[in-house]
Amino acid sequence: MAIKAEHEIHQRRKGRNVGVGLMLGAFVVLVLALTFTKITSGDFELPRPNEVSQ
Amino acid sequence: MSDASYNAQTKETEASLGDYFALLKPRVMSLVVFTAFVGMLAAPVSVHPVIGFASILFLAIGAGASGALNMWWDADIDGVMKRTATRPIPAGKVQPGEALYLGVALSGLSVMMLGLSANFLAAGLLAFTIFFYAVVYTMWLKRLTPQNIVIGGAAGAFPPLIGWVIATGSMSIEGWLMFALIFIWTPPHFWALALFMRSDYDDAGVPMLTVTHGRPSTRRHILAYTVVLFALAVGAGFTSIGGPVYLVAAVVLNTLFLKGAYDIWRRDEVVADADNYAVERKFFKLSILYLFLHFGAILAEALLRPWGLGGW
Repeated sequence: MAIKAEHEIHQRRKGRNVGVGLMLGAFVVLVLALTFTKITSGDFELPRPNEVSQ
Repeated sequence: MSDASYNAQTKETEASLGDYFALLKPRVMSLVVFTAFVGMLAAPVSVHPVIGFASILFLAIGAGASGALNMWWDADIDGVMKRTATRPIPAGKVQPGEALYLGVALSGLSVMMLGLSANFLAAGLLAFTIFFYAVVYTMWLKRLTPQNIVIGGAAGAFPPLIGWVIATGSMSIEGWLMFALIFIWTPPHFWALALFMRSDYDDAGVPMLTVTHGRPSTRRHILAYTVVLFALAVGAGFTSIGGPVYLVAAVVLNTLFLKGAYDIWRRDEVVADADNYAVERKFFKLSILYLFLHFGAILAEALLRPWGLGGW
């Protein structure tokens, strides 16, 4: 029979883990949105090929 | 070790997510968000909403990180004072080391991300603010000098300036005026609190002005700072962040504030004790409204500007 842990502490840990997971997910989305905003703004320029090679 | 003892011990030391969030001083963070937001919108340069949102979020996280470092260092005196005894570390919910690691990690993350989202001047100012609050104020001067509140106020005054720098990439007199508004407002706000939270700072051994120089001196200090604040706040109304709405708000609010400070100055301990510090409590409540409405008025001027109504 599988061991099934049922304790308030596990619920609390689960809540904490879900919370941290959601925050990390939100951080990823925010960095993606920031990157998209920066590269689509008017003053964004890709480096010239000769600058990259130096 | 029995199961029962294991459970009891684990339960006590296992913190919830909310306990870690409480380490970041959410109420201070909300003030940081509001004043930085106003500073950013008051600037003459518009910011992309995504960049503005992200930058203010990272600034708030940086402010929260300095709060966690403050709670780590001050856990001993927090446990003594009624006002702070329920904070996560003295309450036994979070270990001091956890607060230290969280504070250091979030400080690094927030400064780096603010540099990438806005600019490195804003990031540098945030790094300086965290250092100033956590090291200069909390670790060094808070327990050393009765001017601790004045010095600590500088850390709380940086957010609107950083908000301005997020938008413009440079510092200017208007950004520093918003800084000065909070800087000069902080001492009377906290000294009024110290007058009616009488035993807290005495018990903790923090050299508040009320303890080192006495209560009559604290009352004089409150009045002096309020007079300077009056001139500064009304004077700011004639700069580019001001306008008719701000000026009317500033004159009304500062007159009320000055009246409150005058009433505090006129009283002595016997009179104050008789009505349970009613005037000091009222002044403290007004001080919160005072700051909120001043920055609300600066925000109103900024929002009216596109319609040709804000500013002079």
